[in-house]
Amino acid sequence: MEDFADKGLQVVVGLAIFAAIIGLIMLVVDRAPKSGREKLQVAGFLAPALILLAVGLVFPALQTSYLSFTDRNGDFVGLDNFVWMFTQPEALVTLRNTLIWVVLVPLLASSIGLAYAVFIDRARGEKALKALVFMPMAISFVGAGVIWRFVYAYKGAEQDQIGLLNQILVWLGQEPKQFLLDAPENTFFLIAVMIWIQTGFAMVVLSAAIKGIPTEIVEAARLDGASAWQQFRNVTIPTIRGSLIVVITTITIGTLKVFDIVRTMTAGQYETSVVANEMYTQAFRAGEPGRGAALALVLFLMVLPVVVYNARLLRKQKEIR
Amino acid sequence: MANIRSRKYLLPTAALSVSLFALAGCGSGGSDSAGSGDADCTAYESYGTFEDAEVSVYSTIVDVEAELLENSWADFSECTGIDVAYEGSKEFETQVGVRAQGGTAPDLAIFPQPGLLAAQAGNLKPAPQAVSDLVDEGWSPDWKKYGTVDGTFYGAPMLANIKGYVWYVPATFEEKGWEVPTTWDEMTELTEKIASEEEEMKPWCAGFESGEATGWPGTDWIEDAVLRDHGPEVYDQWVAHEIPFDDPRIVESFDRVGEILKNDDYVNGGFGDSRSILSTAFAEAGQPVLDGQCAMHHQASFQAANWPEGTNVAEDGDVWAFMTLPVDPAAGTAITGGGEMIGAYADRPEVVALQTYLATAEFANARVSQGGAISANKGLDPELAGSDLDRQSIELLQDPNTVFRFDASDLMPGAVGSNSFWSGIVNWINGSSTEEVTQSVEDSWPAS
Repeated sequence: MEDFADKGLQVVVGLAIFAAIIGLIMLVVDRAPKSGREKLQVAGFLAPALILLAVGLVFPALQTSYLSFTDRNGDFVGLDNFVWMFTQPEALVTLRNTLIWVVLVPLLASSIGLAYAVFIDRARGEKALKALVFMPMAISFVGAGVIWRFVYAYKGAEQDQIGLLNQILVWLGQEPKQFLLDAPENTFFLIAVMIWIQTGFAMVVLSAAIKGIPTEIVEAARLDGASAWQQFRNVTIPTIRGSLIVVITTITIGTLKVFDIVRTMTAGQYETSVVANEMYTQAFRAGEPGRGAALALVLFLMVLPVVVYNARLLRKQKEIR
Repeated sequence: MANIRSRKYLLPTAALSVSLFALAGCGSGGSDSAGSGDADCTAYESYGTFEDAEVSVYSTIVDVEAELLENSWADFSECTGIDVAYEGSKEFETQVGVRAQGGTAPDLAIFPQPGLLAAQAGNLKPAPQAVSDLVDEGWSPDWKKYGTVDGTFYGAPMLANIKGYVWYVPATFEEKGWEVPTTWDEMTELTEKIASEEEEMKPWCAGFESGEATGWPGTDWIEDAVLRDHGPEVYDQWVAHEIPFDDPRIVESFDRVGEILKNDDYVNGGFGDSRSILSTAFAEAGQPVLDGQCAMHHQASFQAANWPEGTNVAEDGDVWAFMTLPVDPAAGTAITGGGEMIGAYADRPEVVALQTYLATAEFANARVSQGGAISANKGLDPELAGSDLDRQSIELLQDPNTVFRFDASDLMPGAVGSNSFWSGIVNWINGSSTEEVTQSVEDSWPAS
């Protein structure tokens, strides 16, 4: 109880200090002399965010970049960590898996989401059907990892199965399978979890975009005698292209950073590790911060083009509007 | 106008003053350890008495065990007036270094591994002479070595735990007419016998699943085999990387363990084939011993706490354990295990007083009598132990003929001991050959 009061007090104090500082800044900015007031106001409002960005993002990023050229004892070793990354078998497996993830998850999640959105569009019980697919979105990656670990759980053929999939296999007269232990297919079983989560997101965004297609175009296509497939190819897809790209890039960024699913389900064992998981393992468990930083830097470089592309596309769309 | 202006100042000033008031109220903390109030203080006179002295202690020990630990120094605290502010955290391993760097180091830190203490040696104060003398008196030289870095002695040992017990059900052995084996070969014979004669039971069950640390129970198996196969000298060379990880002798020990763990006829009772070891949580892996689906289970002394509520752990009880057996009986008893070392970041008199007390046999007795812990201190009375198993463990530790060696994976660099050795075990059970695995662990050994 005493602890709770302590913590509560700390929160209140923190908020009060924050309010006081903001209040002071506002006051100073407001009372500034007329000339140059605008500049000062802009600076006053931007400064807190910029300072926090510098302290919380820019500086750590620079420090991480420097770290990636050092070894365990903090001595400068040049490109050694990167050499390790692109020559050691276990590091190469990590890169390979990340590539598999990045190709499959956005592709499958978006296409399944899109197909689903098209098929249930204006169907009976659309809301309920949408809710069903959207629900996994509400589950955290760690939660999903735990759930699916139970789905894949293995017990020997002579024991009672506790995993859903293995129970189905047994009912079908098959031997139970160690889903998470057999490389390389285990990576695909992990990827299924991410698709399960992300499909709902893709479906909701794309469904909204489909509903936004002007009826005139749809009517015109129909009058011209376009088949359902032609309509989909030549009307639906081009019209929702913007949303589609946003969905794919968003899921791509999320996939590149995937960590929780892998760590919860296999901890990167059995050749399932991905870059983000390996980064954590090297930096915090193996005591090799340099290698971890190198992996982080490579991950950053992998995400960068997608983010830049995304930002430019959004800007373009604004201009069109 | 004046009115408006003053109101404009009001909010920030008010907020600022509130926060200043509140800040003044912060900064108290630390829990008082409750003394019993009627302690006999004659035993603590030599430590002197202090006014308003506080010593902060930081460690990995939490929950019930932390309470028992605090009870153990309650009398000391009361008689000397030293207030012990104890903090236990599961994040200790990563946090202790961060704190030391940030200038907020605890006064005393209880390190669960020699390697962590060695990594902190630059920030620690060398142990006072009194502590050093107490350790010479109370512990074997092996133990003193674990608290020594580059010839300087820093940390006295505190508690210990021992690994390598093989758990079995005495009643089953009696009913089937099996003798408890006394050498590794006899154990292998018994394993074969059970595998060929029993329908419902496999000789062994094992579980190495432990989240991101999956594989560690397997390292204990290998360490036990190396120590018994080739003796402490080779074991030490292996830990220090004076011989490569894929040295033929280490490979031999791997194969010795592999004969059991990689044989589907011998494992994994109650769970499946050999590979199901990897999907079985270590804490649940012993259960089939009680259920009669497997005969033996290899796990450290803490397994005693993993049995279901009400299980009687005793030589004539529900379940009991023998120590993993010597390969060559003439070589005597060798055991692997672990323990804690107490390092000091400060050398104020009250810190030295507590540090000294924690190195005494009195403290070891005070802690062990509360149950659930053992210590390798020679001045410890085995009769105080909380259970038959603890008593047996203490007798093993105190026996001058026992060779004790610290858990090898705890002594190896992190890149090996808490990463590649674990994943090596995982790949090995998952089907990789001993040569591949030892080779890959060797390759992962840090150059410097």
